[in-house]
Order: sequence, then C-alpha cells, then structure tokens
Amino acid sequence: MLFRATNLNTYYGLIHALQKISLNVDQGEIVCLLGRNGMGKSTTLKSVMGLVPPQSGAIEFQGRSIFRALPHKVARAGVGLVPQERRIFPTLTVEENLLMGVKAGCQPPKDLEPWTLKRVYKHFNSLERRSRNKGSQLSGGEQQMLCMGRALMGNPLLLLVDEPSEGLAPLLVKEVRDVLLQINQAGVSILLVEHNLKVAMSLAHRCYLLGKGFVAFEGTMAELQARPDVMAKYLEVS
Amino acid sequence: MSPETQMYLAQGIHGLAYGMLLFLVASGLTLIFGMMGILNIAHGAFFMLSAYLCVTVLGATGSYWLSLLIAPLGVALLGILVERFMLRRAQASGMGHIAELLLTLGVSLVLAEAVKLTWGTEGLQVNVPSALAGLVNIAGLEYPIYRLFIIVLSLVVLALLSLVLFKTRLGTIVRAAVSDPGMVSALGVNTQIVFMLVFGLGSWMAGVAGVAAAPILTVFPGLGDQIGMDAFVVVVVGGFGSLFGALLAALFLGELNAFGIQFIPKLSPVLMFSFMALVLAFKPTGLFGERE
Repeated sequence: MLFRATNLNTYYGLIHALQKISLNVDQGEIVCLLGRNGMGKSTTLKSVMGLVPPQSGAIEFQGRSIFRALPHKVARAGVGLVPQERRIFPTLTVEENLLMGVKAGCQPPKDLEPWTLKRVYKHFNSLERRSRNKGSQLSGGEQQMLCMGRALMGNPLLLLVDEPSEGLAPLLVKEVRDVLLQINQAGVSILLVEHNLKVAMSLAHRCYLLGKGFVAFEGTMAELQARPDVMAKYLEVS
Repeated sequence: MSPETQMYLAQGIHGLAYGMLLFLVASGLTLIFGMMGILNIAHGAFFMLSAYLCVTVLGATGSYWLSLLIAPLGVALLGILVERFMLRRAQASGMGHIAELLLTLGVSLVLAEAVKLTWGTEGLQVNVPSALAGLVNIAGLEYPIYRLFIIVLSLVVLALLSLVLFKTRLGTIVRAAVSDPGMVSALGVNTQIVFMLVFGLGSWMAGVAGVAAAPILTVFPGLGDQIGMDAFVVVVVGGFGSLFGALLAALFLGELNAFGIQFIPKLSPVLMFSFMALVLAFKPTGLFGERE
C-alpha cells in the first residue's frame, strides 16, 4: 500500500473537523474524496500534508510514518500538493514558480521519468509562452496548470489535488481532466477532491464519500453509482 | 550656483543619505514581516546595539573599517539566536502573533537596559574615519564626504541584497515565502531555517545602518527609537513585505524629512505620520503591498 491514513482526528480549535477518517491509496490509483462543502475534504488533504496537523491517528506513506511530520518532510517523502486556492507565488515568474517545486537534494523515484521544465512545458503548453510573466498575471486556468506543474517538478509519488476544476470554463475542465489522467498514466498516484461528479466519475478508480467529518461510504465508482440513496444523502443534487 | 540652489542640493543629498539608511533598516523589517508575520519591535534596538558595538570595536582596534565588519555580524548573530531560541518557541506557543510581538518588545527593553549597564547612559561620540573626513566640492557646494559614503555603502548593501534575492535559489525561496510561507514548506523547503537566515540578514542590515549612522549621531540608549519608528512608517507606506515599496517609501520619506526640517521645522516631526495616514486612507495595503 502506497498511502494509508488510519483514524485521523483533526481539530480547528474546538471544532472536530475530521472524526476517525481512514483511507488508503494504492500504487497507480486515482482515489476521489467526495462530499458536500464543509465535510472535511480539504482538511483531510491538509492534515496529510502536515499543514493542519491531526491530533491523533496514523499516516503511513511507503510503509513509513508521516503522522504529524512537518510539511517539508511530507513533501520530501514524495507527496505533492495542488491546493484549492492554487497558491501561486504572485511576485515570482512562471518559471521561478515551477523551480520552487524542485526539492533540492531529493532523488527522484527510480522507476519514474523525472520531471523537468521541458517536460512540464510539454504537458502544459500555455505555460511556456508565459514563462517570464509574473504569477499574478495568469488567468485562473493558467494558474491551475502552473500549480500542477509546480507540484510535478518535485517528482511526487502521490499527488494531493484539491478541486482542480473549480471556477474553470468547461473546456478547461476537460483539459485539467486529461492532464490528470496523463499524470496518472505516467505513474503518479492521485488523491483527488472533486466537486464535479462527472469529472470524478470519469477519472477515479475508487472513492470515499464524506459526511460531516466521517467516511460515510467507500467503494468503487460503480458501487457508488449503484447506491442512489447514498448519493442523494451525501452529495449535492445537481 | 546660487545659495538657494545650494541649499536645495544640500538638503536633497541629506534626505538621500537618511532615506538610504532608512531603507537598510526597513528592508529587514519588511522581509521579516512578510515571511513570518512578525512586526519585530526589537529592530531599532539592533540598530542601536550595533552603534555601541562599533564604539567598543573602534576603542579596541582603532579601525572604523573593522568595526563596520564586526559590529553588524555580532548583531546578526544575536538576531539568529533570538529567532532560533526565542521567537520559534513563541510561535510554537499557539498564542498567535501577540506572543511574538510581546517577545520582541521584551528583547528591545532588555537590550536597552543591557546597553545602559555596559556602556552607561552618557552619549558617546564616534569620529568620522580619517579617510572620509572633510568636505568635497560638489558644483560649488561644500559637502561632508562621510554622508556621501553612507549613500554609497547603502547602495552596495542594496546591490548585494538584490543579488541574493534575484539571482540565487535562496533568494527565490525568500521571495516566495514572503507571500506564502506555508506553500513553500509544502513544496519541501524547511522554512524554519530560511526564517532564521532572513532574521539574521535583516539584523545584519540594521547593524550596518547602525555603524554607518554612528559617526553622524550621538550614540545613546535611545538611538534606535527614532529610526525604528521611521522604518515602521516606511514599511507601512511601502506595503508590508514589499522591498520595492520600502525602497521608494524610504527615499521619499528621507527627502520629506530633510525638506520638512528646512521649510516647516515645527511640523516636520508629524509630516511622516501624516503621510502614512494619507496613504492608509486611500490604500490600506500600502503602496505596493497585498496585505492589510
């Protein structure tokens, strides 16, 4: 098992945001976290990354514990983050933003082709033209591409992707979807938070459905589709 | 040159010299604020301590140049120790920025007392180094060489700082961390080490400014108060975390100060603050800032 979180409890002050969340991601999988707003999907990713340290539980990555490790340790263990707010560095150029993703002194995983500027530009065509522009000058779609490219520059084994299609035009949503698929086929496992059920259905192998801070359902996408009652209870009606 | 033009020129260079000194102090303050969210109240005290260290090294070695090298390094070391062993604990305390604010206030008070115990409360004088003593003739205006040296020295530090910030990996990390330190650490950078280095760098620059200012001011325990306050105004006007904003604001406020003293001496102490209030009224983030 590449990644396994067991009984994670995370608090924001007095709010018990994650209640005994358990989930795992196998090598090569795309696993999706689904659920309404405020159910703890983003918090789960932040807890894994160490940005919002969980109170108790266990997190294993490649058999080693990364529970309550500092974010840079988690990143250097091989986890990449594509956060919801994108968090592009506004005063850095596109190229500098990408180079920030390089983990100095970290060996890329042996069996994966390492990511370089050239390879990122090949996947995200629009970024090469913009390489000398400041991060703040990019459109929403370009920022999303840059954010993914930046995470890839660190050669992650597991990519945490938070709402990549949020606020994007339908054409861009499709582009993001295709890129995620390519990345996955290149050997990167993905834990995805996705609001758009259609995108999630077309990408993920398995999913976890979150209720208010707990796992309400887990299974394959086909198993989820066979449970309209669960979907009605825990997903937004669309 | 008419006497009037001479006066304008002299005040202009005066303002430039003070503005550059102000930038040296303010740039450290703004970098530290941008990265760590800390308003370092002890920053002015580092400036003052460096001037005192300069007095001592000068007394021991007789060399101004040696004290220009040693005193800022001593202050930088102190800054690094304060960050590593005090600020980091205050941050881990979970009390938020109020703990850090109180801590730096405490450090500044302790430093002021320690200076009084070590060097006494009498004002001390530092002589202008002999190589830079005397006046130079600028188009008919007799101007002290030493003040020109302050401008040149500040430009050299500014060039070094730009080199580090824009041409090195560490610089890229610092510029990124000024806007989003959390994201930088999520990309695999140990930001605690970067914080420590930046705190040291900021203290060093305040130290350089302290030694540079020592020969034109009287060295006394309250030496850092005025420039610390002025640097705070510079950071607010320029925008928290913006180096470019700090540079422009420092130069502008330096000139405002120089000409304010010349033309409306009674109002000059409040000119800076009035300008700050004006900027904040129209742009609460400061001229080049993104945060309120």
